[in-house]
Amino acid sequence: MAIKDLFGRPLTVVNVGLEGFAGAVRDQGVAVVDLDWKPPAAGVRPLYRTASGLDVEEANQEVIRRIKAARPVLVGMGIARDVIPGMHEHKILHSGPPVTWERMCGPQRGAVMGALIYEGLAQDGREAEILARSGEIEFAPCHHHHCVGPMAGVVSPRMPVFIIENKAFGNHAYCTLNEGLGKVLRYGAMGEEVYERLRWMEAELYPVLDRALAAIPEGIDLKAMIAQALHMGDECHNRNRAGTSLFLRAIGPALARTSQDNEALARVIEFIDRNDHFFLNLSMPAGKASVEPAEGVAGSSIVTVMARNGTDFGIRLASMPERWFTAPSGKVEGLYFPSFSERDANPDIGDSTITETAGYGGFAMAAAPAITQFVGGSPSMAVETTLEMYEITASEHEGFTIPVLNFRGTPLGIDVRKVRQAGILPKINTGIAHREPGVGMVGAGILRAPEACFIEAFQALAAL
Amino acid sequence: MNVQTLIKTSEYHDSVKLMLVARELSRLAGVRDAAVVMGTEANKSLLEQSGLLSAQAQAATPNDLVLVVSAQDQEVAQAALKTAEALLARRAEPASGGLDFRPRTLRSAVKAQPEANVAVISVTGRFAADEARHALSEGLHVLLFSDNVSLEDEISLKRMAHEKGLLLMGPGAGTAILNGVALGFANRLPRGPVGVVSAAGTGLQEVTTLLARQGVGLSQGIGTGGRDLREDVGGIMMLDGLKALQEDPETRVILLVSKPPAASVTTRILEQASTSKKPTVVCFLGGKVPTAPGILPARTLQEAALLAATALTGETGKVQEILDRQMQDLQARSQPLAEAMRGGRTRLRGLFSGGTLAYEAQVIWRDLLAEPVFSNAPLDAVHQMSDSTRSQGHTIVDLGEEEFTVGRPHPMIDQDLRTRRILQEAQDSEVAVLVLDLVLGHGAHPDPAGELSEAIRKAREAGIAVVASVTGTEQDPQALARQTRILRDAGVEVCESNAAAAQLAGLVVARLEQVVVAKGR
Repeated sequence: MAIKDLFGRPLTVVNVGLEGFAGAVRDQGVAVVDLDWKPPAAGVRPLYRTASGLDVEEANQEVIRRIKAARPVLVGMGIARDVIPGMHEHKILHSGPPVTWERMCGPQRGAVMGALIYEGLAQDGREAEILARSGEIEFAPCHHHHCVGPMAGVVSPRMPVFIIENKAFGNHAYCTLNEGLGKVLRYGAMGEEVYERLRWMEAELYPVLDRALAAIPEGIDLKAMIAQALHMGDECHNRNRAGTSLFLRAIGPALARTSQDNEALARVIEFIDRNDHFFLNLSMPAGKASVEPAEGVAGSSIVTVMARNGTDFGIRLASMPERWFTAPSGKVEGLYFPSFSERDANPDIGDSTITETAGYGGFAMAAAPAITQFVGGSPSMAVETTLEMYEITASEHEGFTIPVLNFRGTPLGIDVRKVRQAGILPKINTGIAHREPGVGMVGAGILRAPEACFIEAFQALAAL
Repeated sequence: MNVQTLIKTSEYHDSVKLMLVARELSRLAGVRDAAVVMGTEANKSLLEQSGLLSAQAQAATPNDLVLVVSAQDQEVAQAALKTAEALLARRAEPASGGLDFRPRTLRSAVKAQPEANVAVISVTGRFAADEARHALSEGLHVLLFSDNVSLEDEISLKRMAHEKGLLLMGPGAGTAILNGVALGFANRLPRGPVGVVSAAGTGLQEVTTLLARQGVGLSQGIGTGGRDLREDVGGIMMLDGLKALQEDPETRVILLVSKPPAASVTTRILEQASTSKKPTVVCFLGGKVPTAPGILPARTLQEAALLAATALTGETGKVQEILDRQMQDLQARSQPLAEAMRGGRTRLRGLFSGGTLAYEAQVIWRDLLAEPVFSNAPLDAVHQMSDSTRSQGHTIVDLGEEEFTVGRPHPMIDQDLRTRRILQEAQDSEVAVLVLDLVLGHGAHPDPAGELSEAIRKAREAGIAVVASVTGTEQDPQALARQTRILRDAGVEVCESNAAAAQLAGLVVARLEQVVVAKGR
């Protein structure tokens, strides 16, 4: 390029600073982008190399390359204790960073107790609580076991799980089957209705789906399905209506061919059809399978885990995959079901933020204007959310595009440096669980990730 | 009087917004004075002068927003602070399309608008270099309006720009006109055959508007920032700009403006200028321009504009004649002004918003006056004012100097500081002539003459002669003729150029100096 090449060309100006200058240029009929400039957070300097000299940008490029190369495919199903590495009869997985029973929030406790009853390890809530407190049950985060779980995220040994294989890297991820909305275990609800559904899922839903999947040797390509769902009004976190429909279409012929009982098949189809969130438990492990190969890239500032247990919000960076950076879980601003209010709400909970971590979910909200009926806000807010998240991400996912943004790729790869420098925290949309064990879902809403864990992660990265 | 203070920790707003809020507060009934500024040392000393520096304000850091209101009673002051908070919280109107999202970083701005090619950067100095670096790495030409950028940063940014074939205009570059588009503080100008590279922002405005008044348009107007021609910076941008204009088919005459550069830089620039057949007018204000083939040396900005205009037709010989005639006219105008002056009034006071214009005035006065002119930006360091807030002898203050602009708007935008200073000078019984520059154009105050006229009247009533020039064109938002009329109505001697205004003021004061000397004998 040479300076003279600018002469005679139409100007397009980016204004950084005094608003008046933007106005003056605009008044001359010249295109202007006026930045909403804010000074970087106090004391945040650009970080290009870590203390030992690791090149952060180079590391991030490798992380992004790996995430983009991922090919998550639903390859089959199994029972948690049989297929999840490290799972055993007295282990219960939960969402978010590690937490003890003492610090565990109400809905997660409810889900644990419910799972113990469902497992047959306890007869009722009182017994379940005694057992959970006894130390005989080992608790571990889903994320420590290649798993992700929505809301309470409880995975108990006999639960059936989806198995996702990342065909590009050969790694696997696991997730339970979605129970639907309302009085469900993942929102901490307890009671016969909850256990009965879980039992039916194990006894009828699982075998029917498992047989069908076995008849699809190439598996179901979840990356393509997520990409399509984004073009159909889903963001694949809190809106999964299109994804669920696409899944039924994809598995439909195999379901018919492998059906042993058409009435059972009908119940399965009805169950999936009545649960717009069925696909969430596929979009989540698809994200987990896609992001996990990026763990361990030295010097990277990109977030590979972002998860909440309802007590703590935790993140992990690709460069430090063993280390959690945590802060108290935030309060969700939301819409509540009748007779519930903010007072009933548990703080933010669940592993579903794996979707934002992998470049869709709330970060793709612009693709899902209808989501605002569920979580509040306006369609233009949905677009603004996506535009804002580009500020804190390292790249754009060409595999996941947003029609309304002229098919621009979704914001991909939360860069903890940019979070600090821009002072913008990841925006999350989520369901809201009742704070007491045993009640269930009370609403849905929006919030930002807490700043403290990003501050700590940024400092730890700089010191690497 | 009751003074109330509110400190908002780590809250940032751009200085123009703060100025607008302060102005609205001052207009509230019962409010005597108000300040809404970032807590920099410079701002605190200004608060102190205005009697607004409370203990709370004293403790504020440069990251804190300081709101101080002085009012008839505590209730009014507190109410005003509430109003201020509401005004600060008010969001700007959305740009268009119903979406009020504005990108936060240069990178995403370029993503959103891939055809972007120029960045105008005016954020606080300590963040400006980083933003400029981002802009260059995104392939954008940069107008770096911000000052308080370190010399090391300037050098590394300019080297980066040079390697990438980009303009890095600044730091402290107030003006650029690229492809007819005025950036920063710039005037509405016709397009035409003269290309300008200027290390002086108001210098660029002065020569281009003087050209426009002669009906001569501009091809490109490139600012380089005031330090570009120092030895250590090496004139990187003036050389790059000069080369670009030499290669530009639309540019037929080139005009270079700067304070006297380092000797090595002068040599390089003149060598480069000589490589082209295009006549090149060189105005190194206050310095000598060595003769070189194809070089037309100019002593003042006005002469530079005249030479560039006449070079188009090969009639540069007429310039001296025009200047001589102007000098005769000014001599004639100065006589009655000097004669009307009351005894004891012998001092010259310049209150300027344009740094180059202040410099040009000093160059002219150096030749006209017997006694030295003190300044906060003097030609010679021995004439540095000991306190920029108090005039001594003949004085010219550049109110656009960094000491006055850290965390507050430039005096071209905000006339508040200059108004106060005019009133201060009006109290001084030694002052004979007050000289002002008014700079019009995009980004500048919407009505500087109107804003200053009340203070000017007070100075006139005190017996002070006021001389001014207006840098601007009829097409500027403020309109040259209207501003000139307002000044004349307030009793101001308005001259055709800054050089002429400085000459007229200098001639008046020189006559008064002679009277004093004669009386002394």
